[in-house]
Amino acid sequence: MNMKQTLVVIGNGMVGQNFLAGLVASNAKDRYRIVTFCEEPRAAYDRVHLSEYFSGKTAADLSLVEDGFFAEHGIEIYLGDKAASIDRERKQVTSAKGVIVDYDKLVLATGSYPFVPPVPGHERPQCLVYRTIEDLEAMKTAAAKSKVGVVIGGGLLGLEAAKALKDLGLDTHVVEFAPRLMAVQLDDGGGAMLKRKIEALDVKVHLNKNTTLIDDGAECLHKMNFADGETLETDIVLFSAGIRPRDDIARGCGLEVGPRGGIVIDNQCRTSDADIYAIGECALWNGQIFGLVAPGYAMARTVVADLAGEAGSFTGADMSTKLKLMGVDVASIGDAHAKTQGAMVYTYQNGASEIYKRLVVSPDQKRLLGAVLVGEASAYSTLLQYCLNGIELPEHPDSLILPQLAGEPVGLGPDALPASAQICSCYDVSKGQICGAIEAGCTTLGGLKAETKAGTGCGGCSALLKSVLDCELTKLGVEVSTDICEHFPHTRQDLYNLVMVEEIKTFDELLDKHGKGLGCEVCKQAVGSILASHWNDYILKTEHIGLQDTNDIFLANMQKDGTYSVVPRVAGGEITPDMLIAIGQVGKKYQLYTKITGGQRVDLFGARVEQLPAIWQELIDAGFESGHAYGKSLRTVKSCVGSTWCRFGVDDSVGLAIELENRYKGLRAPHKIKFGVSGCTRECAEAQGKDIGVIATENGWNLYVCGNGGMKPRHADLFATNLDKETLIKYIDRVLIFYVRTANRMQRTSVWMENMEGGLDYLKSVVIDDRLGIGAQLEGQMQHVIDTYQCEWKTTLADEQRLKRFRHFVNSDQADDNVVFVEERGQVRPANAQERKHFKLIEEAA
Amino acid sequence: MSTWIDVCDIDDLQADSGVCALLKGKQIAIFYLQRRQEVYAIGNFDPFSEANVLSRGMIGDIGDEPMVASPMYKQHFSLRTGVCFEDAGVSVPAYPVRLENGRVAVMLASPPVQQKSPSLAVCEME
Ligand code: SRM
Ligand SMILES: Cc1cc2nc3c(=O)[nH]c(=O)nc-3n(C[C@H](O)[C@H](O)[C@H](O)COP(=O)(O)OP(=O)(O)OC[C@H]3O[C@@H](n4cnc5c(N)ncnc54)[C@H](O)[C@@H]3O)c2cc1C
Ligand code: SF4
Ligand code: FES
Repeated sequence: MNMKQTLVVIGNGMVGQNFLAGLVASNAKDRYRIVTFCEEPRAAYDRVHLSEYFSGKTAADLSLVEDGFFAEHGIEIYLGDKAASIDRERKQVTSAKGVIVDYDKLVLATGSYPFVPPVPGHERPQCLVYRTIEDLEAMKTAAAKSKVGVVIGGGLLGLEAAKALKDLGLDTHVVEFAPRLMAVQLDDGGGAMLKRKIEALDVKVHLNKNTTLIDDGAECLHKMNFADGETLETDIVLFSAGIRPRDDIARGCGLEVGPRGGIVIDNQCRTSDADIYAIGECALWNGQIFGLVAPGYAMARTVVADLAGEAGSFTGADMSTKLKLMGVDVASIGDAHAKTQGAMVYTYQNGASEIYKRLVVSPDQKRLLGAVLVGEASAYSTLLQYCLNGIELPEHPDSLILPQLAGEPVGLGPDALPASAQICSCYDVSKGQICGAIEAGCTTLGGLKAETKAGTGCGGCSALLKSVLDCELTKLGVEVSTDICEHFPHTRQDLYNLVMVEEIKTFDELLDKHGKGLGCEVCKQAVGSILASHWNDYILKTEHIGLQDTNDIFLANMQKDGTYSVVPRVAGGEITPDMLIAIGQVGKKYQLYTKITGGQRVDLFGARVEQLPAIWQELIDAGFESGHAYGKSLRTVKSCVGSTWCRFGVDDSVGLAIELENRYKGLRAPHKIKFGVSGCTRECAEAQGKDIGVIATENGWNLYVCGNGGMKPRHADLFATNLDKETLIKYIDRVLIFYVRTANRMQRTSVWMENMEGGLDYLKSVVIDDRLGIGAQLEGQMQHVIDTYQCEWKTTLADEQRLKRFRHFVNSDQADDNVVFVEERGQVRPANAQERKHFKLIEEAA
Repeated sequence: MSTWIDVCDIDDLQADSGVCALLKGKQIAIFYLQRRQEVYAIGNFDPFSEANVLSRGMIGDIGDEPMVASPMYKQHFSLRTGVCFEDAGVSVPAYPVRLENGRVAVMLASPPVQQKSPSLAVCEME
């Protein structure tokens, strides 16, 4: 007997699919047979990134559904079949193709449709909308035979559509009824700045224009006639004048809808019929439609919780947004229009660099109510935190948008995070729980970890955990030591200065003069790195060996079973077929597991310590160099293919990436350093996610600094624009050596920047204006590093003495019998504990 | 019933670092603290990562106690006793070593290795 109830979902769009994914991951999964109707010919795809269809993404790339999802979870999906009606009496859904399904629970996720104003002529050919992949295909077809395109509507979607038309090579116009662009999100000043920036990109903007008629054109297919008597000829008209909820099927069965449309829902997302839910853009909550995807997802979660018998409710959503429109950063937070009684407004406008910022604060100037950012939106997350968590503003709120007020770092320290902020995502530990443990007497990192479990999963949150601990201890009046460890009463920066000023060349010398005891892995590694950055000696010199972690000692990365990985440098990711073959041959000969890394090169895993020299000899004979994957040093300079091949490229990103990688390879630093170079603003090399990012423009190179991916991603800050190569390299030299000299141990450039007093503007003043007068010195130090570069593997292979270390035993040539591999997908991998036991038994039996 | 087993030349050791020796089927990590002219020997097997790697860790001291930090997840072990600093319930065997006539010798009289399932509980990701 089948006890399962039937759950029908109408609409497999972004929210419908998100709901299905949430449901099958919940404990309500087994209670329902799930059926879904999908009107479109394909299952859910990412509408938010729809425009990327024009920059090369395929429908498959945009898909939101994992392969085999429906089959795996036994979900019946009717593709290309629209639910036509609902019979609430019989609890039945009937589809356009005649499928009839009985339901126990029904979820409406029908989304919305683009509103087309009833202008006479709106039904002419090549009058289009922008919502589905089919719409985009129609645009592509139309564009192929067109020269001019007009978008009606200068809102968020309209501007996206305008970008698409521009990318399709059309002479592009935006026609807006209101007196400014993005009228919902921006104020007049922000709208005006956005208009300026967009016009600079050669898109014509017409404001205060009311289209009254579309008829035949003389030059183009259409002529648009405006109320003020003016006209505009165009081949394509694209309507983007807002969205309307798709509530027809709900109306048809008598569910309550709002006066201006939208299916009315309560806090559980139930419609006026308790067995029917509505979620996403078709739903009307508290008189509001939410035209963004995040609120739709929140509704989906609410319904999953309701079906699983858990508590959950939808109580509105924040409509703050940050986006890039035609390469322009635009953000809007909260009450951007200062509608709150007595709200005070701060604005900052920089005509030269085309930046506009506006803060809306409460009458007592203590809370942030809203903000508008155009041209530069790096403060978005900080401001959003202020706004959402009601964090008290600094004494001068304008310091948050003014570039000049140095000294007051703009980033939010751990102190500013609300108690609810999640610190450890592995164990879902909030700041509040951590503070509670500290108050209860946990005053060491180890203690905190044991007490709260925070930091004991992947360990990635340790740095944040420590800064919360330090901050709380300071508040409790406990003095927090900034000493690097018990052996030196100094910070890393102090040690760097001591090495530099006293010309210290070895750890022992530094320890004798300024430290005590024998040292430990913390200070030894830090000093090893400082000595390497400053003097750039061969790191395996006898006096430096004890300062290197195992990765540096064996010039390879240790893996979980004690074997190592081998990563040859592939500068800029460019590699000849012969070089690829050479890597392949080495991998095959030594039976190494081979993988393409996230850094555009090849990693060979599973090399035993005693195999490393032979492997590297072969790689070096084939022309490779060490990739420094083991060092806190320059890793990769990722490139996109750039102007050489790419039809959009404006400069040779590969050439520059190779040049930069070869220039800075071998540079040792407080942490690893990564670069990216993109050939145009599409940014395929993800340069803005790197420590140093470079993007080609029509007039030179834009330089970005201090970004990273990893555990706490940070977008790089725009540092300087339209640079020639010489200046670009000069700035990079200076930024990097300044980082090397002043950062803390294990501090990425992103964290360094966030902790720097005066922030980005200070760094600019040091590097660009040479405010400290050390520019030449920084460049000189970089030149020294470049001049003294050596491939560490080449040097090591030429040194009999060094090579003696590459064996597992000093007194035997045997290999470590604890290293056992098994095969998986045609390659080796370390055996797990279970498998290892099994092999041991076989061995003993033999 | 303990006898000294000859291992290698003192020149085979690495100043302020470690090497691994194979003695009667056992892997022994031998460390040379040049500053204090001391030599220590402990088991090479890291009970946390279950890999034979301790000889490749960095050495130094914590509050005067000579130690090695596992190269894998960075737990510290006393070179004198083999006891783990972060979890006194876990230890690796420690062996007597001597230097004589330029040769290194170790005595194998060891307590059994205590194992512990791998955990990152005490480590800070580098
Ligand atoms: C091999 C690779 C993964 C892969 O299979 O693709 C990898 C593997 C490791 N990464 Fe990574 N990372 C790799 C690309 C990345 C990337 C992507 C990229 O570079 O574009 C990132 C995010 C970008 C970034 O760094 O900003 C990345 C962020 C990290 C982090 C987090 C850093 C942070 O600041 O939050 C760590 C931990 C750390 O360094 O402290 C890490 C640490 C590691 C370590 C070293 C962990 C360890 O100690 O064993 C891994 C060992 C590598 C080995 O044995 O060779 N890996 N790692 C990638 C090597 C790229 C290369 O060719 O050199
Ligand atoms: C170009 C573009 C850019 C956008 N950018 C952003 C952005 O940057 N940030 C953001 O938050 N949001 C953005 N949005 C909005 C976002 O895409 C929507 O909020 C989101 O798609 C809403 O999801 P939904 O499931 O409610 O509707 P949809 O994704 O539209 O899904 C509804 C689905 O139901 C189907 N359907 C309707 N009626 C029936 C029926 N009777 N039977 C069967 N199927 C039916 C429809 O065909 C459709 O496939 C953008 C939208 C567009 C078009
Ligand atoms: S490769 Fe990077 S992300 Fe993957 S497990 Fe290792 S450290 Fe984590
Ligand atoms: S251990 Fe805290 S995020 Fe993984």
